[in-house]
Amino acid sequence: MSDLNVGDAVPELSVTPDKYLPHRYAGASGDFNPIHIDDEFAKMVGLPRNILHGLYSMGLVAKANAALAGGDPRALKRLSVQFRGMGMPEQEIVVSGTVKSVDGDRVVVDTVAQQGETAIIKNATAEVQL
Amino acid sequence: MPIKTDAIGKEWPGTTYQVGREKIKEYANALGIDNPVHFDVEAARAAGFRDVPAPPMFAVVYSGPALGPVLFDPEVEMNFAAMVHGGQVFEWGEPVCSGDEITTTSKCLSIEEKDGKGFYVFETVSVNQDGAEVVRGTWTNIVRGV
Repeated sequence: MSDLNVGDAVPELSVTPDKYLPHRYAGASGDFNPIHIDDEFAKMVGLPRNILHGLYSMGLVAKANAALAGGDPRALKRLSVQFRGMGMPEQEIVVSGTVKSVDGDRVVVDTVAQQGETAIIKNATAEVQL
Repeated sequence: MPIKTDAIGKEWPGTTYQVGREKIKEYANALGIDNPVHFDVEAARAAGFRDVPAPPMFAVVYSGPALGPVLFDPEVEMNFAAMVHGGQVFEWGEPVCSGDEITTTSKCLSIEEKDGKGFYVFETVSVNQDGAEVVRGTWTNIVRGV
C-alpha cells in the first residue's frame, strides 16, 4: 500500500537549465535541431531565442514521477504528455503534480511543468509503481 | 488542398540500437538524474539489474532514430518547417540495460486535419534482443497551415 492519497500534492522538482543545457541534451539525445542550439537560427525562424527540447522537459517530468519510488527506473510504467508553451534556457522549471488515483501500489499522477505562468508541459499523466 | 493520408497504416522496418554504459551516463547527467544505478554497475547489480539500467526517458535515444525515415517518407509528405511536437506517450515494459540491443519498428496510426492543422500520429515499438517489449511510443506531430 502507498502512503499517497487521491488529491495529495507530490514533491515539486525545480530545475534551472543553464545556457548550455540544450547543447548537452542535444549530445545526449542525438537531437541537434538548430532551434535548440543556435540562437541566431532560432530568431531567424521567429522564435524569441533558442528553446529547450520538449523531450528534455518530458524527461524532467519523468524524473519527478520516478522520484516517488526513490528514482527507481522500473517504477514509471506510462507517461503521456502534451507539449505547450516553449521552454526557455536560464529560466526555472517547476514540475508539480497531484495524485489522481491509487490502486494498491500503483498511482496515477497528474503533472504539469511550468516556467513562471507558462505551462510548457500540460495534461501529463504518469503511472508509477511504488 | 486536402491533407495527404496515403501513409495511414504504413509500417517501416526496424532500426537497431546498441545500449552502452557511457551513453546512459551522458543522458542521466544531462537530466540531472543522480541515482547510482545509472553510473555504477555494482550498484545496478545490487538493485537487481543485469547491468546499468537506462532512465525511462532514455527511450528517446534508442527509439527516436526509427522515426527519421518515417518523417522523410514522400508518402507522409510532412512540412517540417511548420511542424511541432504536440504530444508524446511512452509505455514501458522490460527495463533497458547496458548491453541490450534494441530494435524499433514504426507505424503510422493516423493523419487527420483539424482546424487547419495536420495531426500526424506515429507509433514505435521497441523490443530487446530476447524479443521482450521495452517501450511503446506514440508520437503526435502537428503541422500548422496544411
